Amino acid sequence: MAERDRILKIRDLKISFKTGNGSFQAIRGVDFDLYKGETIAIVGESGSGKSVTTKAIMGILASNGHIDSGTIDYAWYDENTGERHERDIVQMSKDELQKEIKGRKIAMVFQDPMTSLNPTMTIGKQIMEPMIYHYGKTKEEAYQRALELLNEVGITDAEKRMNNYPHQLSGGMRQRIVIAIALSCDPYVLICDEPTTALDVTIQAKILELIKELQVKKGISVIYITHDLGVVAKVADYVNVMYAGKIVEKGTIDEIFYEPRHPYTWGLLSAMPDLDTDDDELYTIPGSPPNLTQEVVGDAFAPRNQFALNIDLRLDPPMFDVPGSNTHQVASWLMHEKAPKVEMPESLKRRIQRMKKEGAK
Amino acid sequence: MNDFEFLENDFEFIGDKQDIHTDAVQPSKPFLKDVWERFKSNKGALIGAILIIIIVLLAIVGPLIVPYVFDAVDVSQQSMAPRVPLLENLGFMDGTGGIKEYTGQFADAYHYFGTDQLGRDLWVRVWEGTRISLFVAASAVIIDIFIGMVYGLVSGFFGGVVDNVMQRIQEIINSIPTLVILTLLLLVMTPSLYTIIIALMITGWIGMARITRAQVLKIKEQEFVLASRTLGASDFFIIFKAILPNIFGQLITMSMFSIPNAIFYEAFLAFVGLGIPAPQASLGSLINDGFNTVTTTPYMVVIPVIVLAILMLSFNLMADGLRDALDPTMKEM
Amino acid sequence: MDKSTLKYIVKRIVMAVLTLLLIILILFTLMKFMPGSPFNVEKLSPALIARLEAKYGLDQPVFVQFFNYLKGLMVGDFGISLKLMKGIEVSSLVSSRIAISFGIGLAAAAVGTAIGVVLGIVAALHKNTFWDTLATVVAVIGVSIPSFVFALVLLLIFAVQLNILPVLYDVNTPIKSAIMPTLALSVGAIANVARFTRTEMIEVLRSDYILLAEAKGLDRGTVIRKHALRNTLVPVVTVLAPIIINLMTGSMVIEKVCGIPGLGMLLVAAIQGNDIYVVMAVAFLYSILYVVMMLIVDVLYGVIDPRIRVGKGD
Repeated sequence: MAERDRILKIRDLKISFKTGNGSFQAIRGVDFDLYKGETIAIVGESGSGKSVTTKAIMGILASNGHIDSGTIDYAWYDENTGERHERDIVQMSKDELQKEIKGRKIAMVFQDPMTSLNPTMTIGKQIMEPMIYHYGKTKEEAYQRALELLNEVGITDAEKRMNNYPHQLSGGMRQRIVIAIALSCDPYVLICDEPTTALDVTIQAKILELIKELQVKKGISVIYITHDLGVVAKVADYVNVMYAGKIVEKGTIDEIFYEPRHPYTWGLLSAMPDLDTDDDELYTIPGSPPNLTQEVVGDAFAPRNQFALNIDLRLDPPMFDVPGSNTHQVASWLMHEKAPKVEMPESLKRRIQRMKKEGAK
Repeated sequence: MNDFEFLENDFEFIGDKQDIHTDAVQPSKPFLKDVWERFKSNKGALIGAILIIIIVLLAIVGPLIVPYVFDAVDVSQQSMAPRVPLLENLGFMDGTGGIKEYTGQFADAYHYFGTDQLGRDLWVRVWEGTRISLFVAASAVIIDIFIGMVYGLVSGFFGGVVDNVMQRIQEIINSIPTLVILTLLLLVMTPSLYTIIIALMITGWIGMARITRAQVLKIKEQEFVLASRTLGASDFFIIFKAILPNIFGQLITMSMFSIPNAIFYEAFLAFVGLGIPAPQASLGSLINDGFNTVTTTPYMVVIPVIVLAILMLSFNLMADGLRDALDPTMKEM
Repeated sequence: MDKSTLKYIVKRIVMAVLTLLLIILILFTLMKFMPGSPFNVEKLSPALIARLEAKYGLDQPVFVQFFNYLKGLMVGDFGISLKLMKGIEVSSLVSSRIAISFGIGLAAAAVGTAIGVVLGIVAALHKNTFWDTLATVVAVIGVSIPSFVFALVLLLIFAVQLNILPVLYDVNTPIKSAIMPTLALSVGAIANVARFTRTEMIEVLRSDYILLAEAKGLDRGTVIRKHALRNTLVPVVTVLAPIIINLMTGSMVIEKVCGIPGLGMLLVAAIQGNDIYVVMAVAFLYSILYVVMMLIVDVLYGVIDPRIRVGKGD
């Protein structure tokens, strides 16, 4: 890859929510970049803040959510002049965000296709709506384009489907429709929030392939949010592992899968379902995610970390660069030069060996 | 890396000093305590509950603290306006405005709510009436719960033809307006305290039956019932044990909503002349009697109307609070 | 309209007719059990009573009487008033009153639904603000306090104190006379509709498809108009049936409070006067209204909600 073109640059993003029980910090300083045509995955348990991060990028945070600090710089090229623009989404007004960004430049595919389509509106209208709204297309133009989109996402009988209501279609079809809607305004970035969790396993793979295919064809960048490392392995170029509102480890797909450094990533990898696992002592992550309504002192993962250091209770670890790589970073005090050397659990090592072998095949 | 100050033991493992295997979640509260906390935090519900307690207390002791009885007709004390000590000094409820005045032998008499056209003390009658209204409503609702539960249980449990027939019966009863059923029944059964309860009961059980049936059907589907059945347990017993705790909350809430409804229907029947026969009184019959003279002595109708309104409002507020407390998923966010 | 929708509607109509037949049977049976004779027994000789019974067909077997009655109903003959207005046909007694009662009822339903929907939507869109609290308070009061209380309050204020509206219904000024009862009746409907609309709207606003609509980059107004509103209003149709029932019960008392010469008043008078054919006629009319309303609501719901429209076809 020659020149990587950065589309999205997120720095020190902090988001808090106000609830009946006071406010809590859901996102506690997130940094990451997205380059043109590439795919990143954000991985973490539910409640780790992965969805919130992407909703902030889309500007569809719930009304009780607030971006406390940070920047989300979004870059694009003017269609006519080819000039490069860069804007901070956080600083944009709601109006601008809605007119310029949402749907047009960044689009989203939601988790559950059963609930993400309007039940009382025909499929056709739902696909045509953003084109008519944003680009002022006539009904006929929009209709033709919608037919094309339906064909692109692999729906047969497109003409007939245009007049269907969502409940008349299967889950997999509905997710294709949602993807068609997302692509209707030719966005640069596609955010997929657990796009396959609610689907049958056989359909999951097809949807992932479809997204990948469309990505290559249209040159868009994709952000996957998922808790499923299996999905990550199939689609991502880069992986961000998120825990309690922070990214704890990031790197290329190979780095995360073959050389994980953070104990939390070890846990995630070990917990991945695997046909060959015959180890008696499977490494699991004990406990449950921290309660973010209370301020976290030190490393949020410490209470669940069997390799926790004393410093973890006092100070939040910064991002350490993994020696020998300019992409791999880990937020753990174990990476500090003075820290005792810790090896990943034996069972995981064996597992990774196996994965490498399979990968090599 | 320079902005960190390190301590000596920073890079030592904590090791066994922390127990990583416990789930650090918020301490869970016992269910009932949790419900109570939520209920308490709902101001409307709390006010409703307090008002209900006050009204119930007044309905019990109200008639006892004045020297009158509910059916003592005394023409010389006809239609006297309300007179309350202390308040009368403020020019409010001072006994003026009625037909007969507080003079002569009644100069020192106090009818807190005045008297009716037959000279009966309305304070006593209003609280007696409240007692009867509450009694009618409460008994109707209790019987409703019972019938509805049995009906729903049988219908849901046996399923098939039985369920089908029972559902159709329920649908038909449900498709006749309550108002029509009530009036016709009371035409046939000469109104009395008990026939009114029966009439209310006949129309009120359907909601309870529906909840119970839905719950039975849900539980029947669950695996533990199948499991217990294979172990030879009687499934009726299982379902009964599993259902009661599950519908408890819903039934309580439902009955709290039904009580004001029953009070209203009782008042309604009295208002169309099918109420408790005189000299007994209910809130409805008091309103009905008072309404005849609404232009001359409005207090006769206003007071029982206020009591009725407060009672119904309080029950609704409390039921709302109770529902939210028992089922918090509806609230928040 | 496709075949399955038609089939569904026909099925519902057949069900409704069967229900009505059953209601008539129940009404008739109950009337037969009613204590006392339909005639002024005290004043008449046994021979005269026998003659009267023969005249009205009351000496025939019960089932013959039932079929005669049913036959009469088919052609709009409800029998003859035996007590209230002796000898007058019940149908003519009733017909003059239907317009007044149903007119006020419909007006109250319309006013109540319109205000209720607006109130509920405003409350949902401004959740946890002054408007929301206001709507909630209005809803709780409206739901829990019977309509005749409002009628009494309005009566005492506007008729007795301010003297701007008539105390009793005046046939010469039907509109002015209808204001008070319509308002009083609509409070309950407003409350019910507002409450339900608010909950529905909040639920809809929280749904994924609204999030998707927002993610499409539509402005808030469009999201609400095009996506939220219809999905909110579809289920609101279902509460209209219970609201109409409330209006019916309410209207009987309201008619008494406001002195409206409507069906409710007639029913009360007939009950107190033991005038069986009148009671049956009015009860039957109320039942028809009720059953037809339920039918309309069901069919309407099927028509506006595509999920039901297609689903029910099997």
